[in-house]
Amino acid sequence: MIQALIFYMFAGITVASAVMVISARNPVHAVLFLILAFFNAAGLFLLLGAEFLAMVLVVVYVGAVAVLFLFVVMLLDINFLKLREGFLTYLPTGALIGAILLVELVLMGGSWKFAADAPLSVSTRTPDMAMITNTDALGRLIYTDYIYLFQASGLILLVAMIGTILLTLRTRPGVRKQNIARQNARTRETSVEIRKVPSGGGI
Amino acid sequence: MAELWTGYVWPVVIIIAEIIAIVLPLLIGVAYLTYAERKVIGAIQLRKGPNTVGPFGLLQPMADGAKLFFKEIIIPQGASKGVFLLAPMMTFTLALIAWAVIPVNAGWVLSNINVGVLYLFAISSLGVYGIIMAGWASNSKYAFLGGLRSAAQMVSYEVSIGFVMISILLCVGSLNLSDVVHAQEKGVWFIIPHFPMFIVFYISGLAETNRSPFDLPEGESELVAGYMVEYSGMPFALFFLGEYANMFLMSGTITTLFLGGWLPPIAVAPFTWVPGIIWFALKVCVLLFGFLWIRATMPRYRYDQLMRLGWKVFLPLSLVWLVLTAGVLEVFGLVPN
Repeated sequence: MIQALIFYMFAGITVASAVMVISARNPVHAVLFLILAFFNAAGLFLLLGAEFLAMVLVVVYVGAVAVLFLFVVMLLDINFLKLREGFLTYLPTGALIGAILLVELVLMGGSWKFAADAPLSVSTRTPDMAMITNTDALGRLIYTDYIYLFQASGLILLVAMIGTILLTLRTRPGVRKQNIARQNARTRETSVEIRKVPSGGGI
Repeated sequence: MAELWTGYVWPVVIIIAEIIAIVLPLLIGVAYLTYAERKVIGAIQLRKGPNTVGPFGLLQPMADGAKLFFKEIIIPQGASKGVFLLAPMMTFTLALIAWAVIPVNAGWVLSNINVGVLYLFAISSLGVYGIIMAGWASNSKYAFLGGLRSAAQMVSYEVSIGFVMISILLCVGSLNLSDVVHAQEKGVWFIIPHFPMFIVFYISGLAETNRSPFDLPEGESELVAGYMVEYSGMPFALFFLGEYANMFLMSGTITTLFLGGWLPPIAVAPFTWVPGIIWFALKVCVLLFGFLWIRATMPRYRYDQLMRLGWKVFLPLSLVWLVLTAGVLEVFGLVPN
């Protein structure tokens, strides 16, 4: 009973904050609601017994991705009233994407209902949760059966990262930078000279 | 009725009692950490520090608390009111809830979860929100700059903290914090094999808690007080307490990961008589003294140097150490399980 109550609390807050994400007037408030939605989704994962996924969701999405989101949204200087003007022209495209996502969700839920034993026929089954921990099960799956896919996804991210750096890197002339190695290599002999200055003579 | 009592009400009562047993000493500790900080810095600078309120100034934290409690809460015009008030509460709450998974003695832990280390990491990565929200909601330039600085700083240092944690976890073979301590019971404390990472973690901890010499988010010489500039009264007090509670949390984490948690230094007679919680508290105090000592002696970092240290020194170092740890464990057949 308690579990069900907690589920409805998390689910309700997730849905409500997701609605607020698209209806909030202030973009920063929208991002904050998005974070709330992530957080409650992590709570739902916890209820399912997927503790590792829940924590990783918080670490990666809430702790890193959303911070950068917030960063960008705060720094952008956009007139958000103007953005709203084109609402009707973009409505068909948005509605189409929404409809496709909805159909996919319904199909997935349908397979759950109509082919309830489908998860049992997959090649790598979910291990018994009572035997090993979550982290262990995921590790065995990712680093044995799906190692190549896992490495490939890592490579894709690496390429994307290098691409971003290449696109945004620019060397401006005339910018002074500190060279720590050169600074540390300085000795007393090369940097300071003590001389006897005769009065009235100068050097 | 009896089932409702034994099934739901009694466990909740027990949990609340346990929460109070953790939070109350922590809050007293936080109050006296502010006093200790002023005394230690006073001694280092050949001053007396607080000495008027009560014997040796021991009632000073209470006086400060009472003062802040009765001050007016000022909300600046143009501030986003809800976010403005939410930010300090979040900072303070996050500093407290992480203690749910830290074992202070054998079996003395509120929630002995399997992903304890990840939970700690997740909570510490959330800490940035209190500051960035405060900076934005204040509707002030200084506060905003402080918030942005802090966000960049905390995200940067989190990366190396994560890698150090993974190196430790490789030696433990479990994400459970009690298992981390038990692994040190059999062998040596992880500070000995992982000494360079202990230093990296400690310095990253300073940056993560916005302590001197990395207190750029509130750098008073340029940003007045950074993200805290518009706060007064209780919201300010919550930020202040949150910062000190975060220091406690960071010290507790380091104690668990590197200094063997509740274990005595040597498992022989006079040391084993002392209860584990005393050892835990002692280790935390030593680490906290380091925080205060550093604050009194180090000048503040320049921002580009801070970023360089995080990304160009600590990140490669911890990454290499991770690979090295994995290699050594594999070659010598020391991998747990």
